[in-house]
Amino acid sequence: MRRLNLRTVFALFLVVIVGMSGSAMPSAVAAPAEPVELTVFAAASLTEAFRQIGKNFEKANPGVKVVFSFAGSQQLAAQLGQGAPADVFASANTAQMAVAVNTSRVAKDSPKTFVVNRLLVVTSPTSKIKITKLQDLATPGIKLVLAAKAVPVGQYALDFLDKAVKDPAFGSDYKANVLKNVVSYEENVRSVLTKVALGEGDAGIVYVSDVIASSKTPVKRVNIPDTLNIIASYPIAPVSDSKHALLAKKFVAYVFAGDSRLILARYGFNLPK
Amino acid sequence: MAPSLSSTAQISNRQRRRLPWTTILIVLASIPMLAFLITPILALIARVDPAAISENMANEEVGQAIWLSVITTASSTMLGLVLGTPLAYLLARHRFRGRSIVDTLIDLPMVLPPSVAGIALLIAFGRRGFIGAWLDEAGISIAFTTVAVILAQTFVATPFYIKTALGGFAGVDRELEQAASVDGASPWHIFTRITVPLCWPILLGGLVMAWARALGEFGATIIFAGNFPGRTQTMPLAIYIGFEVELDIALTLALILLGTSFLILFIVKFILRQNTSPTT
Repeated sequence: MRRLNLRTVFALFLVVIVGMSGSAMPSAVAAPAEPVELTVFAAASLTEAFRQIGKNFEKANPGVKVVFSFAGSQQLAAQLGQGAPADVFASANTAQMAVAVNTSRVAKDSPKTFVVNRLLVVTSPTSKIKITKLQDLATPGIKLVLAAKAVPVGQYALDFLDKAVKDPAFGSDYKANVLKNVVSYEENVRSVLTKVALGEGDAGIVYVSDVIASSKTPVKRVNIPDTLNIIASYPIAPVSDSKHALLAKKFVAYVFAGDSRLILARYGFNLPK
Repeated sequence: MAPSLSSTAQISNRQRRRLPWTTILIVLASIPMLAFLITPILALIARVDPAAISENMANEEVGQAIWLSVITTASSTMLGLVLGTPLAYLLARHRFRGRSIVDTLIDLPMVLPPSVAGIALLIAFGRRGFIGAWLDEAGISIAFTTVAVILAQTFVATPFYIKTALGGFAGVDRELEQAASVDGASPWHIFTRITVPLCWPILLGGLVMAWARALGEFGATIIFAGNFPGRTQTMPLAIYIGFEVELDIALTLALILLGTSFLILFIVKFILRQNTSPTT
């Protein structure tokens, strides 16, 4: 019985191996029919808009398959620095694009800003503490969720606080008081939003586009006026050692094209002046 | 005389030759996996600049992360020992309806992706959660606290201890316990003087496995407890965040984690060998 079992296991194992090689085989044989995969590293905040743009790009370019890796820009930049294969990089700030340039994965002059994004305070609808104005973020005891400093939106949130401190309407201890309320520095903007939507956090600072993109998540908004807001520039560039250099350039150009701009605008991004 | 001598020599020669052949084959077949398991660790060690280690050790966040990992893993392991032992004993000693369901449920946290564990914990103990909402009324909130880190570790790691302890208890001869019982020993006495002394190396082995799993816990922690230096940012979280910001810090912490884990596992193995070899 025991031996039989072992044999069955071994046979199953073989079947799996053969199955795997079977599915891998056609790609080697039928090379021409195999779609070209274009790997796009994009900031987490671009998820919904880029998925749609990717689909349109595939339609416009038969035989091309766009594969996305969405994550915090800092994570993508770190992965690029470690040699991760990619064809296009779209970052949520210029600092992380600079990291990619410094590690020679992106040519120095190629990054171009394709959209800008603005910050927004989101609050939990179930929160017991009313947060209706920016000053309320300094109320002792609220649970504030920010993104980590390494995440673009986390740095922008700190920049916003720095601006607010200089405004007499907030007072010089505003930043310190707000930071005392931080309960977590999340590793990407979407988990900030999720934790506020779940009611774990009372408030968080995210991008305007995040709230529009995930319109199903129940959060309330507190706007940050232009004078205090941080305008986040999103640069995009082809990766310099891309195996599909022409296609990568084509994708970047496509992001700047009319249709893509409409999609980006629909998801709450502003177009650069 | 002479022929018989040569024939025994032949036999022993053949025996000597036959054994090594299979051994050599087994050794050859073992090398690829061993090399695969060791290579990333060696690469990591080779990559770390020794000068950077002492420098990074002085970094406040590194110290905080190490300290937090020590505190939380000690707590979660203790929690597992105190609350997991009765459960393991129950399952080892009693046959009851639904036992195999309970047994399988305990397996679940071990096979669940840690991210699932994190979401489940958040939905149970978060502020709007199943139990969390009720705790919130009482003014207790768990998410984003060190307690959340300990709970996450306990959830994913304790089953490793329970399952091992269950095996340990099951291996203890029940007749010894029954004999003591006949002699009038109390159940507590039997447990502490007979059962545990007979299987403690196995309990310790399970406890160390649970501790090691808790030390490496990442996914459930970052979802349930969030990431705040000194409060919820344990070593694995600091390594993850560090990977994106400063690779050197991540490497230093990774090396410390590796070194400690290796040392503790090795020491425990040594203790276990000392205590199990005379009996077997």
